[in-house]
Amino acid sequence: MNNQQNEKINVALIGSGNIGTDLMVKALRSEVINPLWMVGIDSDSDGLKRAAAAGLKTTHLGVDELIKHIKRDNIKIAFDATSAYVHGENNRKLQALGVQVIDLTPAAIGPFCVPAVNLEQLIEQRANNVNMVTCGGQATIPIVAAISAVQAVAYGEIVATIASKSAGPGTRKNIDEFTRTTASAIEQIGGAVEGKAIIVMNPAEPPLMMRDTVHCLTVEPPDQQAITESVLAMIAKVAQYVPGYVLKNGPVFDGNRVSVFLEVEGLGDYLPAYAGNLDIMTAAALRTAEMLAIDSNWLRNEA
Amino acid sequence: MNNNKIILHDMCLRDGMHAKRHQISLDQMITLATALDDAGVPMIEVAHGDGLGGASLNYGFAAHSDEEYLAAVIPRMKQAKVSALLIPGIGTVDHLNMAHQVGVRSIRVAAQCTEADVTQQHIALSRKLGLDTVGFLMMSHMLGPKELLAQAKLMEGYGANCIYCTDSAGYMLQDDVHQRIDALRQGLKSETEIGFHGHHNLALGVANSLTAVAAGANRIDGSAAGLGAGAGNAPLEVFNAVASRMGIETGVDVFKLMAVAEEIVVPMMDQPIRLDRDSLVLGYAGVYSSFLLHAKRAGKKYGVPSELILMELGRMKTVGGQEDMIEDVALNLRDAACETLHK
Repeated sequence: MNNQQNEKINVALIGSGNIGTDLMVKALRSEVINPLWMVGIDSDSDGLKRAAAAGLKTTHLGVDELIKHIKRDNIKIAFDATSAYVHGENNRKLQALGVQVIDLTPAAIGPFCVPAVNLEQLIEQRANNVNMVTCGGQATIPIVAAISAVQAVAYGEIVATIASKSAGPGTRKNIDEFTRTTASAIEQIGGAVEGKAIIVMNPAEPPLMMRDTVHCLTVEPPDQQAITESVLAMIAKVAQYVPGYVLKNGPVFDGNRVSVFLEVEGLGDYLPAYAGNLDIMTAAALRTAEMLAIDSNWLRNEA
Repeated sequence: MNNNKIILHDMCLRDGMHAKRHQISLDQMITLATALDDAGVPMIEVAHGDGLGGASLNYGFAAHSDEEYLAAVIPRMKQAKVSALLIPGIGTVDHLNMAHQVGVRSIRVAAQCTEADVTQQHIALSRKLGLDTVGFLMMSHMLGPKELLAQAKLMEGYGANCIYCTDSAGYMLQDDVHQRIDALRQGLKSETEIGFHGHHNLALGVANSLTAVAAGANRIDGSAAGLGAGAGNAPLEVFNAVASRMGIETGVDVFKLMAVAEEIVVPMMDQPIRLDRDSLVLGYAGVYSSFLLHAKRAGKKYGVPSELILMELGRMKTVGGQEDMIEDVALNLRDAACETLHK
């Protein structure tokens, strides 16, 4: 058992909020990575308590404490689920020690990573900091990319609706980061010439499942059959790492507009199943870490 | 209560954009805004119906950009202050900065009433820029008075100098308005102004606005001839005439505002703004007023009754911004109808 665990790649989770904690629960199930550290700044946080109970090493003294243990504990990958404000500093410290960084904040220092669309490319490029865009981005950019793969998309717009209960204080304090980061990833990774993102929080009780709608305007009239096939194939690809990712309606065609209506149900690992927004971020980040870890030659080079 | 002077805020060129599918021309904007200015209306809102940055496939692209509209109207105002709405999640501080640069004097930062904490960065910036800064609590019927006050206090704490109780669904009855405005008046700082934004979906636009004034509100939104989402806003010329009879001072010329409504706004309408069945459903079921025309279009396209779409959106407890769900619901209703036929 111990031997087997030692073969897994050791990772650290920075940030003990909703995202960090949900990611920990998922990472504990991983065949590839081993969550060894959870780093917080509040000794009273639920996430740190759960991490300690799950057998992780924990600290509430922030990244500076973790840094002391990176070499000894052979930490290869760190997930940063803190905030855009501190990510730059965290990244600098981690990179100095050769740690691969997976950024779940909206800081977006490194290239955007949407696993179903461009993870293979990023691994080839050996990007040592990748950014997971936003929950809405993870849910919608694969669809924009699937449409762009068929024909040119002049404009891609997404509407992400999340349950109020699933939106943490970080998201709320800096909601503009969501719209900006997502819009720019719709262009860079989705392939739309122009991108726009809208986020809505809904306080309904019981909480609603995350809903995501993608609207695209194609340059030429849409090839309906090819787009439908491409979108369905992409949904299957995302569903490999986000099982609750489903098509509700569409693709609907109206002139050059293509609309796809999606729902994301979470696995209920930390927050309940309605928080598909949390799930899709953490599932995508875990997928990214696993793919990077499997590419072990590359990891050894970095270390 | 020092309710002697009530500030009227006209919504034709923002909320009215919903009723015009955001297609108001620059000439129409200028004509209407200058006439409102001339009638003495002290505040006029200009923007996409869904606020700055609202231009989208989801809500509709406007005939012109927010910047073009604002730049066309603002230099022509003699006394009226021009405001702009900003809904975080749709628009960003970039839009706010643009509005400030073209001369907007008042920013109304709007959020679903349960989510005031998304407005911090926008309210703080608006205040820092020295603008009249309003926290606009949409769908206020969804919270009780105490809970609404708690959200209002967040906005006040971020720097809002005025808080609105916004009846986006035109759902509130007079007692609902009284309780909420009263809670805000009692609980907020005495220097914080309080406003009410009504919709006429239960024909209570004017009555609710009067109730708000009696409970301590000093800013009232409405639009000339009611040009706005759903069955329209509180018709401003009617409110102004009633206020005049009641001795409530607005500083707005009763007959000039009547003329604006009759001679400029009514001829602009694509359809009569009236309390039809769909608008009544909005008010009855508590559905966001700007869903109206989207639901009518989706109903027509997919062959399902628009009032059923709206009822379903009410049952789902949708909030402002979820226009994407209208087509989704219409598709589900169509599919359900097909299944029934095949059984």
